[in-house]
Amino acid sequence: MDHAILAAAAPGVAADFSQETIWASVVKAVLIVVFLLTSVLFAIWFERKVVARMQVRPGPNWHGPFGLLQSLADAMKLLLKEDMTVTRADKFVYLLAPMISVFCSLLVFAVIPFGPSLPFPWTDWTTPAQLTDFPVAVLYILAAASLGVYGIVLGGWSSGSTYPLLGAVRSTAQVISYELAMGLSLVSVFIMAGSMSTSQIVSSQSQIWWFIPLAPAFVIYVISMIGETNRLPFDLPEAEGELVSGYMTEYSSMKFAWFFLAEYINMLNVSAVCVTLFLGGWRAPVPEGFLGGALNEGWLPIIWFLVKLWALMFVFVWVRGTLLRLRYDQFMVFGWKILIPVALAWVVVLAVVQWLQRVQGVTYQQFVPVIVGAAVVFVAIMWFWPEKKQPPADDGEAEPVDAFAGGYPVPPLPGQTLPPSKRFGKEVRGE
Amino acid sequence: MSEREKEYQPLRPQPGPIAEIFAPVAGFGVTLSSMFKPTVTEQYPRKKVQPQRRYHGRHQLNRYADGLEKCIGCELCAWACPADAIYVEGASNADLPENAGREVRADDSGGAHMSPGERYGRVYQINYLRCIFCGLCIEACPTRALTMTNDYELAGNTRSGMIYEKQDLLAPLAEGMLAAPHPMVEGTTDTDYYSGDVLGPTTAQVDWVREHRPEDETLEAAQAAASGQAPAPTLRKHELRPDEGPGAAERSAGAAAVGSVREDEGSTTGARATSEPGSTSEAQLTGAPARTEVTA
Repeated sequence: MDHAILAAAAPGVAADFSQETIWASVVKAVLIVVFLLTSVLFAIWFERKVVARMQVRPGPNWHGPFGLLQSLADAMKLLLKEDMTVTRADKFVYLLAPMISVFCSLLVFAVIPFGPSLPFPWTDWTTPAQLTDFPVAVLYILAAASLGVYGIVLGGWSSGSTYPLLGAVRSTAQVISYELAMGLSLVSVFIMAGSMSTSQIVSSQSQIWWFIPLAPAFVIYVISMIGETNRLPFDLPEAEGELVSGYMTEYSSMKFAWFFLAEYINMLNVSAVCVTLFLGGWRAPVPEGFLGGALNEGWLPIIWFLVKLWALMFVFVWVRGTLLRLRYDQFMVFGWKILIPVALAWVVVLAVVQWLQRVQGVTYQQFVPVIVGAAVVFVAIMWFWPEKKQPPADDGEAEPVDAFAGGYPVPPLPGQTLPPSKRFGKEVRGE
Repeated sequence: MSEREKEYQPLRPQPGPIAEIFAPVAGFGVTLSSMFKPTVTEQYPRKKVQPQRRYHGRHQLNRYADGLEKCIGCELCAWACPADAIYVEGASNADLPENAGREVRADDSGGAHMSPGERYGRVYQINYLRCIFCGLCIEACPTRALTMTNDYELAGNTRSGMIYEKQDLLAPLAEGMLAAPHPMVEGTTDTDYYSGDVLGPTTAQVDWVREHRPEDETLEAAQAAASGQAPAPTLRKHELRPDEGPGAAERSAGAAAVGSVREDEGSTTGARATSEPGSTSEAQLTGAPARTEVTA
């Protein structure tokens, strides 16, 4: 009830929660949880199937039609496995960590709009197709996502084991690095939409979806959302080749399943956020006013939302099927030296342009020469940018011994002496 | 400029300027286009695929057209085997129980024979835990008795069950063949057999078997073939076992897990031990080893 009043009173929230009762909220919450759990089962099947097809394999096709019941069977197996607690684990935190992960991942969908107002047949009752919304809903999403990392960090720490700890440390560094870029890319949406409320952001995209004018921010968000969810090529916290299974190495049975569940719900979360902020949310992919807007009314928008959501899930799988895991230093260099500066520069440029447009009244026509000029300067700089200097060919004084006379390693001739070993000098200094 | 110092020229065609631009993300195109290619996975138990004709599968001891075995027990296959997987004991045809009290000379074709000539392979075992399917035994065999079939489904859950006995390896009697032992075709020598002059059983052979084993199941068909009413017998090719649906495959997997197959196999081994070499059973006629028929 409180949030309904709050939302109704709050400016900048498009969805109308004035008719909302506590029971409607409870039903919606349950529906969202059911949706997430079944989507996770489907997502695991979807991922395995798509990756398999990319590798010219059929993928799971044994249990149920098209192997659809495979992930259900896997879940049952996980339920029935022995639940082990390692001796050196900090028991309480060890149990708490997967719960934090799952709990935080379930929070995000509360503010994701599945559609506009849903009419109920034979009644005049309508309700927004989202659990709740408030003026800082996207900040709430970022907060929930950040808190979810505590599950990973604590899980890795409380296992009392080396690999999980390393995975946890990596996860912390990863989230710090990539949430900056992610947050900066979201700021450009806030600037354009003038709101942090999810329903307001969706309604601000009635003319154009933000991924077109904000293409750089969109690309940065897509990259950082993959980093945020620890997915390939950024799955360093659970890199199999290096850390066994990272933070979940010491987890088994249902506790492991919770981490697994959280990972897939997080994929759905970041995809849903991307759909809401950049891809028009529940809006149909047709121009404004097409068929009198009939495609954006009633229950149909839920379909559009789900189609876009699963298109992004496909991108996740596509990236996984294509790219290799980054080396850790490359990953950090990419985050700090490329993504964050680009995101920062983009936000500054966008802010300046918005200020010029709104405060100074500069029109689009006046922008064109500036943009063209900037492009020319950029291309010129790239063209004349000096190539990396090759190390100069080593043609100093003649060596006393030609160690490769005739092209093959040779010992010194009589009378010749080998130059002193470079290592020899170092050893002397070391002492 | 010497040959070595020439600049490297790639042999493959190099990408054009547009391909060069998209080269860093070309992998995405590879994975996406792979999605629309046909899969290469074989759905093994559901759909069994015929291997290449020269595939090295389970061995087979062949027969001549009148039903006599080709194996003469010479042990050359066992000597050739690099894995020491083959065990052979030869015996004299003259020592067959049917010849008891009868003087059989080396060139005598009137007495009972398991194989043409003097000797036959009394014991023939191949240990498939040792066999490496190299085919050297096939090259060594002087009578083309030993060949390899396309049967690749060689798995078992006991070590002893993986030692295939003679009756597991022996080619099934084709329609019209007469079960051994019986005399050679009258007036022929083993050389005539080798050179392929024997095309089927004769009436004399059928009469001999009717006299000695009147209940023999192959008599009718052999009679028909010998009198010209039926075509001469031809050896049948190995056929793949029928495809198994998911249910069947899981049932057999579950049965293997609880060890019921082992018991079945034990009973099969018992049946094998009691059956006469050369006697015909339904399983042998279908071309599949008896063990599968019993366990399935």
